[in-house]
Amino acid sequence: MSDNAVLPNGWQLVVGLEVHVELATKTKMFSASANRFGDEPNTNIDPVTLGLPGALPVLNKHAVELAMRIGLALNCKVQPCTFHRKNYFYPDLPKAYQITQYDHPLNVDGFLMLPGEVRIGIERAHLEEDTGKSTHFGGTSGRIHGSDYSLIDFNRAGVPLVEIVSRPDIRTSEQARQYVAELRAILLAVGASDAKMEEGSMRCDVNVSVHKPGTPFGTRCEIKNVNSIRSVGRAIDYEARRQVDLIEGGGTVRQETRHWDDASGRTETLRTKEDADDYRYFLEPDLVPLAPEQSWVDQVRAALPVLPAARRNALAELCGIDKDGESAFVVVERGQDDYVRQVVGNGGDPRRSVIYVQQAFAEQGAMPKVPAKDLAALTILERDAKVTSTQAKSLLTDLIEAGGGDVVAMATKRGFEALDTGALEAMVDAAIAAEPGAWQKYCDGEEKALGALVGAIMKSSKGKADGKAVTAILQSKRKK
Amino acid sequence: MQKLVEIVAGVTDGSLTATAVVEEHLGRIKARESEIHAFNLVTADQARETAARIDADVKAGKKVGALAGVPIALKDNMCTRGIETTCSSKILQGWKPPYDATVVTKLRQAGAVVVGKTNLDEFAMGSSTENSAFGPTKNPLDISRVPGGSSGGSAAAVSAGFAAASLGSDTGGSIRQPAALCGVVGVKPTYGTVSRYGLVAFASSLDQIGPFTSDVRDAATLLEVISGHDPMDSTSIPQNATSLVSVLEHGVKGMRIGRVTDLPEGCEPDVLARLEAAFDALRKAGATIVDVKLPSLQYCLTAYYLIAPAEASSNLARYDGVRYGNRVEAADLNAMYAATREAGFGEEVKRRIMLGTYALSAGYYDAYYGKALKVRRLISDDFARAYKDVDTILTPTSPSTAFKFGSKTDNPLAMYLCDVFTIPTNLAGHPAMSVPFGVGADSMPVGIQVLATTMGEQAMFKVAAELERAS
Repeated sequence: MSDNAVLPNGWQLVVGLEVHVELATKTKMFSASANRFGDEPNTNIDPVTLGLPGALPVLNKHAVELAMRIGLALNCKVQPCTFHRKNYFYPDLPKAYQITQYDHPLNVDGFLMLPGEVRIGIERAHLEEDTGKSTHFGGTSGRIHGSDYSLIDFNRAGVPLVEIVSRPDIRTSEQARQYVAELRAILLAVGASDAKMEEGSMRCDVNVSVHKPGTPFGTRCEIKNVNSIRSVGRAIDYEARRQVDLIEGGGTVRQETRHWDDASGRTETLRTKEDADDYRYFLEPDLVPLAPEQSWVDQVRAALPVLPAARRNALAELCGIDKDGESAFVVVERGQDDYVRQVVGNGGDPRRSVIYVQQAFAEQGAMPKVPAKDLAALTILERDAKVTSTQAKSLLTDLIEAGGGDVVAMATKRGFEALDTGALEAMVDAAIAAEPGAWQKYCDGEEKALGALVGAIMKSSKGKADGKAVTAILQSKRKK
Repeated sequence: MQKLVEIVAGVTDGSLTATAVVEEHLGRIKARESEIHAFNLVTADQARETAARIDADVKAGKKVGALAGVPIALKDNMCTRGIETTCSSKILQGWKPPYDATVVTKLRQAGAVVVGKTNLDEFAMGSSTENSAFGPTKNPLDISRVPGGSSGGSAAAVSAGFAAASLGSDTGGSIRQPAALCGVVGVKPTYGTVSRYGLVAFASSLDQIGPFTSDVRDAATLLEVISGHDPMDSTSIPQNATSLVSVLEHGVKGMRIGRVTDLPEGCEPDVLARLEAAFDALRKAGATIVDVKLPSLQYCLTAYYLIAPAEASSNLARYDGVRYGNRVEAADLNAMYAATREAGFGEEVKRRIMLGTYALSAGYYDAYYGKALKVRRLISDDFARAYKDVDTILTPTSPSTAFKFGSKTDNPLAMYLCDVFTIPTNLAGHPAMSVPFGVGADSMPVGIQVLATTMGEQAMFKVAAELERAS
């Protein structure tokens, strides 16, 4: 468990996240080239993408709509906005400036809730264009300096991005991970992005500082190249510890950009504040201000789906599970909560319904093939102890393979019939007689001995005995 | 020399062939281009092919376009598919765009015959074409004098009869000033009237394409063709082209013409005398001359030389040797950038990139670029007040007639002052045009500038047509 509790001497972690997401538009932010990952390099290009002389940007309306969906889902205010140029030289930045939003972003002042009613402020969620992708060959660093040559793929250049900037409200690496996971769930739910961290369509920059509560925030370092939720936690833990060690050793934290190396589990200096670019932001003269009409904003808001948190709450209430637990998160993330609702609607046992779906339907998509009534019937068989949980699992496999069917018939076919309590008791007695040593140890309080007894019973019943029921009988016999 | 409208009429009714027209112009180019240097490239073969196709269409009874058979020259900062587009800069020498600018597409569709790409001050930065990397253009009326700039090649091409019309771009006067100096008509339309798609940017918020022609009617005809909304240019005004030819005979009776009482100093007396003559002519034709004040006019030049270089510093950053244009190899990336840009850009371009970079830098933005934007709002406010009272305003186009080569090259500020009357309309986004109106003390032409408010082209053309009749 990575938690700021590991920071010694009362140091408090402070984290803010800048998350870039590529929008799921058909075409690029400012041109008609396809926005598609994985194509042959430099095939989705045109004069605008390459920044050819004379080419001009034209704003993609769908990108604006997806950005508004993100903003509204994050409780932001959608406002009239403008575009700026951020000027810097780099080979994969074709115009030598990035079109982005500066002092008037599209979405401002939102928030995102984490488990335990933790509220993380969202400062802004603005539109901008992505750069091309550079690959450096030769040299050891994998970076442009020291490499023999570099290749650039401009397919990614001009892909629409939304940058979501949180306030520095995050206090533990666990919260940071939850924030990224929740944000990702929201992005998927509203259809704004495929949010694949491994493909780079969702990228995190992490701002980390440490301070003693009651004193001003410390100097922050920005960590780049954090490409998985797990890395977010690891990078923060490493960096926080590095800063604390530095300060306690008499040093000071420099404001700088650091690179996360996932293999070594460390951050290292990428550039210091002194050699940071002066981006010379100014209003992009090739675009006009964007003022989404209220009716458009209202329309986008009305079309928003129910968000993951609300769906998890509803599912948890329906099934009697923890709203912040893994089952609720996973099932909602896969979009299978409606299906669970149908299973329960068909008389299924609520708790078993959600657990079955979580455990066995990972590959099934939002609408599993197994008819809800069939899965409902299986949960009832198990609930009523007509089959054991082990048998239920086998039947679940059968049900998925067959794409549905009569579970009672399937149980009969497999020869499953739950043993009644009388038969079970006889088997337990037989096992006690056969394993007197184990029984004695169990009675003396050695819980491990239980396993040998249950094992013997399962063997003699050829798996038909319900492990839980057997244990209960053994426990009651020991008390006597 | 034939007017544009005469060529269109003749080619359309079959009394002229496009081929004969283009040969006549190519003949004049052959005779005088070596001394004038109006062109970076003459596209004779393509021009002959286009002309032959138009003649075939006419013969076959097909409908031909509004510019059928008109030889047109394009400033070499407009992208032409497969045809070298250099901006008169070494950094783009040899670059062939994979696409046509929207204006070029419109010209081709209208049946115009592109005869070549004209010389300019490098990246349109200058007032004499002396900043071209490929040598200056001479004024066809006196080859010891500059043709003006930056669209000097386009102005010279029309003045010398190399083309019936040409297109230039105007960021701070780059159409109007060379038109004045070469004795032709030059129009800077309202910002957003003509698509900038495919125009290599100098200062995006100021750049506007417009025509050079030998008279006002030709200018109106050509402007109607190239105007209109373009979805590829987000700053393009979403409305159809304004009818201009229809108003040329309306006269100026009852119109109110502004005389600026606080005009910046430094204008030659012979030029000012022509301005007075222009007011007299308009008064005689029934217009009322009204005094107007534009107090912010005096700050415009300074504001322009912050705003335009600031945008240019960003627009020209893409010439980095990575994807296209010329590259100078060096040890590492930053050295390659530096060597490429050092070798590729001329002195004036470098000066403006540095000025603009400085004006936008952290700590200086508010004092320079930010303040310049305030002046931009002030001059717009001044104009708005003035246009409550008048339909158009008249000023000289340029403080002087065409000057001698080398007379201002050692003093950038003296060169910048050439644009003192033309810059304000660019800052405001308004239309303005230059009409020849007699000659100065040196017998070189004087241009009178007619200014109007946003989308005020009809009023502007009425006054220009009246001045032309009176000259």
